Amino acid sequence: MSDKTQVRNRRREPLTDAQLLMTISIGIFVAMYALAMIFMGGGFLKAQQIFDILNDNSYLIIIACALTIVMIGGGINISVGGVISLTCMACAIFLNAHTGGLSIALSALLALGIGLAFGAGMGFLVSYLEIQPFIVSLAGMFLARGLTTILSVNPVKVTHEGFLEVVKAKIKIPWLGYVAQNGNLIPAKIEIGAVVAVCVVILMYLLLCYVKLGRNIYALGGNNQSALMLGINVKRSRFLSYVISGLLSGLAGFVFLLHKPAGNASVAMRSEMDAIAASIIGGTLLTGGVGNVIGTFFGVMILATIQKIIALSPLNASWWQDMASGAMLGFFIILQSVVLANRAKKAQK
Amino acid sequence: MQNDVVLKMRGIVKQFPGTRALDHVDFTLRKGEIHALMGENGAGKSTLIKVLTGVYGKDAGSIWIEGGGDEAHIHSPQDAQNIGISTVYQEITLCPNLTVAENMFIGRTSGSVVHWKDYEKRADELLKNLGIPARAKQELSRCSLAVQQMVAIARAVDMKCKVLILDEPTSSLDDKEVAMLFGLMRDLKARGVGIVFVTHFLEQVYEVSDRITVLRNGQLVGEFTTEELPQVELVAKMMGKDLNDLADFEAVGEKSTGANEVVYEASGLSSSECRPYDFNIRRGEVNGFTGLLGSGRSESVRAIFGADRVTGGKVRIKGKDVKITNPHEAMKNGIGYLPEDRKRDGIIADLSVRENIILALQVMKGFFHPMSKAQMTQFADEYIKALKIKTASQDTPIKSLSGGNQQKVILARWLLTHPDYLILDEPTRGIDVGTKLEIQKLVLKLAEENMSVTFISSEIEEMLRTCSRLIVMRDRKIVGELKGEQLTQSTVMKTIAGGEQ
Repeated sequence: MSDKTQVRNRRREPLTDAQLLMTISIGIFVAMYALAMIFMGGGFLKAQQIFDILNDNSYLIIIACALTIVMIGGGINISVGGVISLTCMACAIFLNAHTGGLSIALSALLALGIGLAFGAGMGFLVSYLEIQPFIVSLAGMFLARGLTTILSVNPVKVTHEGFLEVVKAKIKIPWLGYVAQNGNLIPAKIEIGAVVAVCVVILMYLLLCYVKLGRNIYALGGNNQSALMLGINVKRSRFLSYVISGLLSGLAGFVFLLHKPAGNASVAMRSEMDAIAASIIGGTLLTGGVGNVIGTFFGVMILATIQKIIALSPLNASWWQDMASGAMLGFFIILQSVVLANRAKKAQK
Repeated sequence: MQNDVVLKMRGIVKQFPGTRALDHVDFTLRKGEIHALMGENGAGKSTLIKVLTGVYGKDAGSIWIEGGGDEAHIHSPQDAQNIGISTVYQEITLCPNLTVAENMFIGRTSGSVVHWKDYEKRADELLKNLGIPARAKQELSRCSLAVQQMVAIARAVDMKCKVLILDEPTSSLDDKEVAMLFGLMRDLKARGVGIVFVTHFLEQVYEVSDRITVLRNGQLVGEFTTEELPQVELVAKMMGKDLNDLADFEAVGEKSTGANEVVYEASGLSSSECRPYDFNIRRGEVNGFTGLLGSGRSESVRAIFGADRVTGGKVRIKGKDVKITNPHEAMKNGIGYLPEDRKRDGIIADLSVRENIILALQVMKGFFHPMSKAQMTQFADEYIKALKIKTASQDTPIKSLSGGNQQKVILARWLLTHPDYLILDEPTRGIDVGTKLEIQKLVLKLAEENMSVTFISSEIEEMLRTCSRLIVMRDRKIVGELKGEQLTQSTVMKTIAGGEQ
C-alpha cells in the first residue's frame, strides 16, 4: 500500500460515536444561534451576546466538565453545586478576614483545597470501597450544603477591595465591540472566569485524549471488566477522575465568586442537574465510555442560549426556560439513541 | 522432550462451597503446540483456565512456567500477563468504545502522555503481519466479532506471550471467520507459542489441535495426542464411559405410535439461541434430544416452548398453524415445559408445595379467576399422592424438600394443566436413583395415557429406557435421528461423536 492511499484511508475513517454526538450538538448550537440572529436580531447580532453567555455560565462550563469526566468513567457526581456554595462561602469569609493581594491567591487555593478534599473523599468511597457513586455524591452534596450553612446562615458579601478589583477586571476587545446609540464604541468585555472556563475545556480535552489517565477513564467507562483485564489500574483511574472532578468544582466555586462576589447557602442550586443535562446534550452517555468536553462546552452553550432566547421573548418566565431545557434534553437523548442504534445495526451488517 | 515444556500444572485443587471444581488436575503444555482442553460443561475447564490466569486462587498444587524460576505465583490477571500467559476469553474483553490501536496497547504504554501516532503505526504493522483485516484507528465496535477476537489475540501476541489461552473463541463466529482464526492460530504455533484451545466443537478440535487433555467432573481423565484418540473415544472419555464394556441396554423399542396423529410439528424453528431445525412428535410418543452438554439440546426445546426469542419457523399443532412466541402461548396450546435448572427456572423457593403445584394452572386460568382454597387443596392432595411426594404438609415451603421431591412438585405443576405435550429437560438431574426410576416410569405411563413427551437427559441409559426415538445433536446441529434397532448405547455414542474416527 502506498503512502498516498494510506493517507486517504485515514481520512475516510468514520467518526467515532463520541465525535458524531459532539458534531450533532455543535451543529444544533450553530443552527439555533443562527435562527436567533435571524428572527430575534438585536442582541444576538452583537458579539457581546456570546461573551455574556460565557460570562454568566463560566462556572457551569467548569462543573459540566467535572461531570463529563466522571460520566465517561461510568460514574456520576452530583455534589458539584454543593461544593460551589461551600467554596463561595468559605472564600468570602476568608477574604473578609484578610487583606492584601496574597489573600486572593490564598482564597483560590482554599477553593481548590475544598474541591480536592471532596473529590478525594468521594473518589475513595466510590473506587476503593465500591459504593454507588450516586449515593456517595448525594451525601457529598448534603454535606457541602450543610457546611455552607454552618459557616454562615446569612449571605456574606465580599468586602475585600483587591478582590472586588479583580471581579471588575475585564478583558476588552475593541474590534469585537459595537457602536452605541450615542456614537461611543463599546468594546466586547470578557470576564476572567470565562477565560478560565475556556482554558479548563481545552486542558480537559487534552487530558482526556492524550494523557494515559484520560484514555484509562474511557476504557473503564466502556467496559470495567475489560479495562481490568487489559491491565489498567481501574481503581486508581476512577479515584483520580473524582479527584479531578472535585478540583474542578472547587475552581468553579471560585469562578462563581468572581462573577457574583458573595457567599450564600442557596447559591448554584440545581446547577448539578444543569451540568448533567449539558454533558448529555454534548454527547456524553450516562452509561459511560462515550463523551467529549468540547461537546459538553456546546451543551452548556445550547442550554444557555435557549434561556437567553426565552428571556428576550414574550414568554420570559423561568418555567418556560425549564420546559425548553427539558424538551431539548429529551430531544437529544432520543436523537442519540436513534443514531447509535442505527450505527450498531449498520456495524452488524 | 522435557525442554519443550512451557507450562506445567500439577495437582491443582480448587474448592468451591459445596463442590470440588478441580481435584488434583495436571496439565502440560509444550512449545508450538495447540492443546485442546476438553470436557462437558461443568467438567472444570473454565476453572482450570481461571486458576492459570489468576482470576481464582488455587487451593493446592503448583504451576511452573518456562524461564519463570521455581514456581510461578499468579494472583491476578496482571501477574499472569507478566510471566507470559495471555488469555482471550469467549466474551471479548476489550473496550468497544476505544480504537483498535488503543485496545492493543492500553494498560501497557510507558509515560503519562501517550503518543498514539507511534502506537497506531505499530498496531498497523502488527495487524498486517498477522493478516488481521482491521485498521489501527478504527473504533473497535465497528469491527466484526471475529476481528475483535483477533485484535485481542494480536494484543496477546505483541506481549510476547509464551502461553496463549483461547477460551471458546469460536462460539460466536461463522465458518469463514473460524477458518480465519485457525489460520492465525497455526501461524502463531509456527512461531513457537503454546496455545491452549478450549472448545466444545469436536470437529474443530480435530482440525487444529495436536494434543487433547480431557477433564470430567473436575478430574483429569487423561492426556492424548489427537491422532491416537478417535472421536468416539474422546466422547466416551468426556462422558465417563468405557467403550469396551458398553453394555447395550434394552431399548423400549418402537411402539406403535407411527399411526397416531402428529401433535406437534415444527419446520425451520429457530430462536435467538438455536439454529433452524425440523421436529415433530406424535400422540403418545416419547422422544428425546441427546448430545453432549452444550450441544444445543436445551436451546432447541426452549424454542418449542417460546422460552427464548423465537426468530423463525412454522409450527403446527394437531394440524393447525399456530404461533408460539412466549411460554404463555405455548401453555395455552397444551405444551408444558419442565426447565433444566430447577433452582433458577422451576421452583419458587419460599412458596408452599401447594402454591408451587397450582402455579401453572393459575397462570393459564388468568389471575382474575382465582381458584377456591378447597379446590387448590384437593388438587395438591391428589398429586402429592399420585407422585408420592414426600412432604410434611401442603404448606411446607418447597425449599425444604429434597431435590427429587422438588422435581416431582414441578412435574405435578405441569401435569395439573393436562398438557398434550410435555417437555422434560433433565428431570432426573441431581436426584436419587429411586426417584429417577419413578420419574422414568411416570413418563412411560403418561405416554400410555396418550400424552406426548420429549425427554432430555445426560444419561444415555435413561433415554434408551424411555424414548422410542432419539434426536442426536452435535455442535448445535441435529446430526441424526435414531429409532428401533439403532437405539443402542454404542450407536448413540458414535452418532454423538460423528465423523469417520
